Amino acid sequence: MLVLSPLLVPLLTALLAVALVRHPRAQQWLSVVGAAVLVLCALALAVQVGAAGRESVALGGWPLPYAIEFVVDRLSAALVVIGAVLGLVVLVYQHSSADPAPASPMLHPLVHGLLAAVGGAFLTADLFNLYVWFELMLMVVLGLLVLGGGRRHLEAAFKYFALNMVGTLLFLAAVALLYGATGQLNFTALADAARHPSVHGAMPVYLALLAVAFLLKAGAFPLFCWLPASYHTLPAPLLALIGGLVTKVGVYVLLRLSGQVFLDTPAAFYDVLGWIAVITMVSGVLGAAYHWDLRRILAFHIISQIGYLLLAVALASPGAGAAGLFFLVHNILAKAALFLIAGIIWRSAGHYDLRRIGGLYPARPLLALLFLVAAFSLVGVPPSSGFWGKFLLVQQAFEAGRYAWGGFALAVGALTLYSMVKIWLEGFWKPHPDADRLAIRAARLEPAYSAVLVLVGLLLALGLYPQPFVHYAQLATVGFWAGGTP
Amino acid sequence: MILWVLMAVSIAVAAGVYLALSRDLFRVVVGLALLGAAVNLVVFAAGRMASRTPPLLAAASDAPAAAAADPLAQALVLTAIVISFALLCFALVLGARLRRVSGSDDVRAQRAAEPAAVDPVKPPELED
Repeated sequence: MLVLSPLLVPLLTALLAVALVRHPRAQQWLSVVGAAVLVLCALALAVQVGAAGRESVALGGWPLPYAIEFVVDRLSAALVVIGAVLGLVVLVYQHSSADPAPASPMLHPLVHGLLAAVGGAFLTADLFNLYVWFELMLMVVLGLLVLGGGRRHLEAAFKYFALNMVGTLLFLAAVALLYGATGQLNFTALADAARHPSVHGAMPVYLALLAVAFLLKAGAFPLFCWLPASYHTLPAPLLALIGGLVTKVGVYVLLRLSGQVFLDTPAAFYDVLGWIAVITMVSGVLGAAYHWDLRRILAFHIISQIGYLLLAVALASPGAGAAGLFFLVHNILAKAALFLIAGIIWRSAGHYDLRRIGGLYPARPLLALLFLVAAFSLVGVPPSSGFWGKFLLVQQAFEAGRYAWGGFALAVGALTLYSMVKIWLEGFWKPHPDADRLAIRAARLEPAYSAVLVLVGLLLALGLYPQPFVHYAQLATVGFWAGGTP
Repeated sequence: MILWVLMAVSIAVAAGVYLALSRDLFRVVVGLALLGAAVNLVVFAAGRMASRTPPLLAAASDAPAAAAADPLAQALVLTAIVISFALLCFALVLGARLRRVSGSDDVRAQRAAEPAAVDPVKPPELED
């Protein structure tokens, strides 16, 4: 039962929240309680898996390759925990006045639906079941995008739908072709069946189709256009939740499938993936350098960070996988913290555009401190969590002889610093264009600050005491790419 | 049989891509729906087209006849049809609403969230 809890708890909470649509206060509290229970279940699951290594449940009453299997190993347990923590933090933040999502009766069911879909995608060991979770994720994000109801929200949702739908269809086509070729959908069975000589030759085609679908979902170059077109229309807490989790699921699936299922992948696949990762990093960070709206800057940084994660997959070694997992956890926290801080900046200074705000350093020193920690983590200044993530990753790249990839990763770090310095100079240092604006103290910011404090505290823990986390990540990716580096 | 399915898939993909690349909101949705139908046919064909025996269990047995069609592909395609139908309905409503709010069904007119740049260096400010 505990194995399925990251799925069942949010689904149950979503259903109960639907039943409570006429009682908004009760629904809000139920939502927070549901998210807290999810965090506890995820932690219990992580402890259990930390001891046992792997737990699985087969649903449907059929024997194993035909039943739908849900597997929790250390990799998925870590991601389930971080997703649950993010869900709770965001729902607490929603109670503040810092750009909360509109109080629609469907907000809480949709948020828990998203948590269930993400949890399902992390747990499942069945390719078709994974497709179902991706579809659920697509529907829920569409629902959250249109909550605002304005023209730009509808527009963002339409662009998101049109491009993500193509990715979903490619994924489904790849699933069908793989099933037709191997007769298997379960990851373990598929890993064996994919090595059979009769299908071995066509495997790269299916894998390429799958990879294009997941690269689109992850927001990799040149398929990321849906991301900067839609994310900035979301309110701060939803932006943190969706921007923190949804694209990362695509990267997780790539890591899982290339590391554990399709082991005989030709080396050319990883060469191409590595350069896609590099171009994704560079194009994301250049897009961010152009923009002046906080939400758009940070949305482009999502793309840039996805490049780092794809680089970890492209290096295709257990060490690089561990670096990728550490980076993934760090990145979800840092990104969400920055989006939530942007919401507080909007509330305190009155705008998201850096040209319209300023003076936050003298007026809101705590906010400035929180921003500094989160921004330094994103950039990778030692001894922040981002430093360790990038250090491990670049070290792996150099050890694998991929000096160009490692060099680009370092250079992109400098450009990330440029963006963060821009936010600091314009938002925090220069005087506010409207001198009296910062004298107004916004009410009800405590939930927002406490949410950000939790995330920044976790980032500090990850940065100042990284050894247990690095060790966990190394244990989590033991046996990945078992055939050795291609 | 499989050749007919192949032709149907090819035609649906060609028509779907053509419509999805159009500038008309409604055509984009219809194009994606056609693409979805083509992919559903691929899923169905993945279970082999050879057998016409339904995969039903006889009263006293726990396995279907050896020559029965693959039931799993049929279950998969049913799931996929339901999901894509739900998304199609949502997308049609979304497109209709967007057309009413923006006053145009041209996708290039949909620039409220990403206004075109007027300054050569700096991006335009967004409304909140």
